[in-house]
Amino acid sequence: MSVLEIRNLRAGVEDKEILKGVNLTLDSGEIHALMGPNGSGKSTLAYVVAGHPHYQIYGGDILLDGESILEMEPDERCKAGIFLAFQYPVAVPGVSVANFLRTAVSNVRGYTAQPTEGENRGAVIGSNLMPMREFRKEINDKMKEFNVDPSFARRYLNDGFSGGEKKRTEVLQMAMLAPKFAIMDESDSGLDIDALRVVSEGINKLATPERGFLLITHYQRLLNYVKPDKVSIFYDGRIVMTGGPEIALMLEERGYGWVEKEFAGAAEPVA
Amino acid sequence: MATHADREALKGVKDEYEYGFHDNEKPIFKTERGINHAVIDQISDQKNEPDWMREFRHQALDIFLSKPMPTWGADLSGIDFDEIFYYLKPSDGKGTSWDDVPEDIKRTFDRLGIPEAERKFLAGVGAQYDSEVIYHSLREEWERIGVIFLDMDSGLREHPEIVREYFATIIPASDNKFAALNSAVWSGGSFVYVPKGVHVDIPLQAYFRINAQNMGQFERTLIIVEEGASVHYVEGCTAPIYSSNSLHSAVVEIIIKKGARCRYTTIQNWSTDVYNLVTKRAVAYEGATMEWIDGNLGSKVTMKDPAVYMLGPKAHGEILSIAFAGHGQHQDAGGKVVHGAPYTSSKIVSKSISKDGGRASYRGLLRVGKGAHHSKSNVVCDALLLDERSRSDTYPYIEIEEDNVSVGHEASVSKIGEEQLFYLQSRGIGVDEAAAMIVGGFIEPLVKELPMEYAVEMNRLIQLQMEGTIG
Ligand SMILES: Nc1ncnc2c1ncn2[C@@H]1O[C@H](COP(=O)(O)OP(=O)(O)O)[C@@H](O)[C@H]1O
Ligand SMILES: [Mg+2]
Repeated sequence: MSVLEIRNLRAGVEDKEILKGVNLTLDSGEIHALMGPNGSGKSTLAYVVAGHPHYQIYGGDILLDGESILEMEPDERCKAGIFLAFQYPVAVPGVSVANFLRTAVSNVRGYTAQPTEGENRGAVIGSNLMPMREFRKEINDKMKEFNVDPSFARRYLNDGFSGGEKKRTEVLQMAMLAPKFAIMDESDSGLDIDALRVVSEGINKLATPERGFLLITHYQRLLNYVKPDKVSIFYDGRIVMTGGPEIALMLEERGYGWVEKEFAGAAEPVA
Repeated sequence: MATHADREALKGVKDEYEYGFHDNEKPIFKTERGINHAVIDQISDQKNEPDWMREFRHQALDIFLSKPMPTWGADLSGIDFDEIFYYLKPSDGKGTSWDDVPEDIKRTFDRLGIPEAERKFLAGVGAQYDSEVIYHSLREEWERIGVIFLDMDSGLREHPEIVREYFATIIPASDNKFAALNSAVWSGGSFVYVPKGVHVDIPLQAYFRINAQNMGQFERTLIIVEEGASVHYVEGCTAPIYSSNSLHSAVVEIIIKKGARCRYTTIQNWSTDVYNLVTKRAVAYEGATMEWIDGNLGSKVTMKDPAVYMLGPKAHGEILSIAFAGHGQHQDAGGKVVHGAPYTSSKIVSKSISKDGGRASYRGLLRVGKGAHHSKSNVVCDALLLDERSRSDTYPYIEIEEDNVSVGHEASVSKIGEEQLFYLQSRGIGVDEAAAMIVGGFIEPLVKELPMEYAVEMNRLIQLQMEGTIG
């Protein structure tokens, strides 16, 4: 049982404050949907939790099981159990999905931290990576389970992938890295109905009692497939309302124009 | 892809490398420093050469002395020709098996951490220690099918008629000042002859390095691929570090006859005080294919542009090069393709990485001569800069004397992306390793063309170069 806690978080770029006091607590086993209009700062929140160097923290804290993670590098946060599925996954030409994932998994599972000895001492590639055989078996199983074509292993990471292929690969990565908390940034956007089903099935499979999800989405439709425990409305850098799944339906009905009217200029967060 | 995996393992190797160890060399014969006609005679005497070669050396020396230093390209003012030993012979006789290779030499190979190439390819490895090839082994199989793979000195001794027919016909001593110097003092290098229709399917490998302080290295390689034959020749070198400047100036000549193929792969990682000035040229006749694959790391200055002259219809030339320029280094590498017959095609792909103020230049020549109609050529050069202080520049020369041709040229310069780094980091990969991965990906299209152990080594060298680069 873990808890990810965002406390009165304020952050931005240069002089521009984008996050204006975000409060949110996510427990293991919980699915929390965060909905809000474009430009309200949802991705910024996701990036700041993952440790993107571009953003400055002006105040507040982010705690994982009571410990602040603000001083941790992005790779350390990942190892601590935080995963971000990117809204726009980045292409890394020339690096195959398999090599990338083997390196990532080896880091996260501690293989790379082990001293090299025995016959691996002074060896070259793969000396302290997860053994190839084990890795190959695991990735093959996971690709099958999460509906990713086996040919992806050899393709270059996100290079020339369609929107849907990128999002599926993000889910595959999450499955391999098995985080405590996953932030899914618009994993549904730009997907056709089949891809949306695949991605949401993946999320449902991974939504076990040991894992918490923050589902960032602009639309209600993902929530037809993945049932949230809580839904929050995000507006102008903060959460303005939190409730159950009924909130999503209300938003669907009234649209974001209503949010704007209701909460524009609100000096303090309501929730 | 080199990853964190080998990094720890490499730390020790790197420390020693940077520290600059060298084994105690035990030369049996060494010329005095500097160069003159007496030195040439000493070299020729030592080698017991035919008169025509002695004469060739003397003439080349005159050409060398009469030619001014090149004024274009990299700064060569640090070379002091009077300080260099031009010939050194470390031991008598040649090893015919790995067991015959002296222990201290094996130890040096070991400490460089690059024993794979030898271990795996014991048969067919030619290793050069100082100016002399001391270890050479050729698979019996190849001997049986008439393939000759010898060090150049033995080649001259055992096959004088072939050597005399082709030697310096592709790169005459008068070609440039450094080709003249090599012609005057050459020693070692490889002689390869592949008879008509023979396909050598395991790469021929030469492995050599500089060991003596101030020791110049002047290998001379001659490869002849007869009609319809094919061969892949691989050369890799690395050198320990010394405080004074070393000069390496090789000449490689390749003749590929009708319908034959040759691929020549080089990975080199000279120590950062070496001037590496190489002249490499191949002629490809009708329907023949030449491929140069060239990885340049290390050295203070590297100047080389492998060339392919396509002299028969439908000949094809390809040059793939990777250059890595670190602190205080200038890699001036590129390629030359000369279309001298119709329906010929060529491709140049050049990738450079610069960091810590290093400079990488692409220097390319594409020439389509009169009569080379329906020729095609495509040139792509991509540069990756790892920081603001580093530099990359491009000098493409294009000369077209024929109308009906198709020519493409693309160049790009990019910086290592913050978004790529963050993405990889967010998957638990440390920043240095992430940067090395991105660089590895950048050169992957070329690395995948290398034989396995060399691909591994290339990635490992990149990994070493990348340590502590970012953040
Ligand atoms: N790196 C950045 N540099 C400058 N402005 C940014 C940056 N990231 C986000 N912003 C700005 O912050 C606001 C919120 O953006 P974002 O977090 O992407 O919103 P959302 O994901 O909710 O659409 C926008 O006005 C956007 O232009
Ligand atoms: Mg967004």
